[in-house]
Amino acid sequence: MKPAAFDYHRPNSVAEALDLLARLDDAKVIAGGQSLMAMMNYRYIAPENLIDINRIAALAEITEEGGNLRIGAMVRQRDAQDSPLLRARAPLMIEALDLIGHLQTRNRGTIGGSLAHLDPAAELPAVFSAHDAVLHLASANGAREVPIGGWSQGFMAPDLEPDELLTAIAFSPWPAGHGHAFLELARRHGDFALAGAAALITLDRQGRIDRAAIALTGVDMGPVRLDAAEAMLAGQVPGAELIAAAAQCADRVAGIEDVHASRDYRRRIAVVYTRRALELASQRAASGAGR
Amino acid sequence: MNEPLGLSLRVNGDAVTRSVEPRLTLADFLRHELSLTGTHIGCEHGVCGACTVLLDGRSVRSCLMLAVQADGCAVTTVEGLTPAEGLSPLQQAFADNHGLQCGYCTPGILCTLSEYLDINPNPSEGEIREALSGNLCRCTGYQGIVDAALAYVRSAQ
Repeated sequence: MKPAAFDYHRPNSVAEALDLLARLDDAKVIAGGQSLMAMMNYRYIAPENLIDINRIAALAEITEEGGNLRIGAMVRQRDAQDSPLLRARAPLMIEALDLIGHLQTRNRGTIGGSLAHLDPAAELPAVFSAHDAVLHLASANGAREVPIGGWSQGFMAPDLEPDELLTAIAFSPWPAGHGHAFLELARRHGDFALAGAAALITLDRQGRIDRAAIALTGVDMGPVRLDAAEAMLAGQVPGAELIAAAAQCADRVAGIEDVHASRDYRRRIAVVYTRRALELASQRAASGAGR
Repeated sequence: MNEPLGLSLRVNGDAVTRSVEPRLTLADFLRHELSLTGTHIGCEHGVCGACTVLLDGRSVRSCLMLAVQADGCAVTTVEGLTPAEGLSPLQQAFADNHGLQCGYCTPGILCTLSEYLDINPNPSEGEIREALSGNLCRCTGYQGIVDAALAYVRSAQ
């Protein structure tokens, strides 16, 4: 027995889960368990109550409504990778999913679990940041929406109250033909990235950048949008000099450091990967490869 | 609710019903309740891949699941991948190509590859190495394992 003893609850509906969250003290929600089970095996955490949301089918749906994509929190990373809807409409997410852990962890790990765990080097928060996504939360007292920009409140600390459940994340996909790229540096495939960059670009008929979005992972406690770089790119024809100058904005993020890499090194890597992601995204936008 | 909870599942084709504490991992359930000791436990936090089994045909780390979460599922372990007599063609390829030394990581690798080679029956060497990135081996340097997988792929063509 690795985890400390807990009371196990297995709700079949969101309402049942919210009722449990409202009633129980020291409760943790388990989705895919690919981070939580490791922490419990270590007894790094020992919640009194474990609420298993794996049987709530309503949380595992991917839908498109009114032009918005809505991904249930319990959607497994592997199922997201295989989703024809996401493959067609959210290629940035598909590219990032391939870099998350391994086949065995994606088979269990969920979209919502990654967002709620909020590891600084996680890929999905950067993807959703680039997409200006909105997180949907629910509690027994009602529903709440949080824009991805306000989700990270500190180190692995999302804006999620103890009685709240992350139910879905929604965003408006970019138009067909947009360019995308997700690139990261990791020592081994599937390892946590030292730094990574997500880029989205659309070009107008004259080949100028109509809209750009750049988000970084691994360099700060949560995903970082490079607004300054996006402003530099808007309305310009993408060229090597412009992209290099825009990528330099990644050198100004606050930065985190740990045993794996220093703050300065992460920033330098972020500049390089931002440049490469912008180059690849603009090439793809020019060739309409995202179409 | 900390009391034992019933679970019913299929393990290697056999129907199994037990009552276990919710905190029992699937890996420990397989080893200690069912005596299926082919599933090995290494790191117990989802890094080494030694405990990989197939859950409804998909490879998963059995140390990162509770046994009660497998209720209603079909689990296949390395015992289930092994024919009654001799070895499976993939296992034989490992034997022929020095794909194992101590053998600790081997059951997990066989489970990973049996799912992966179904998804991608004709992988490149690079793709095999990427597919095995979640299974650590400290003996072989991976070369024998990759050779074994490639030999199996060639023989299955």
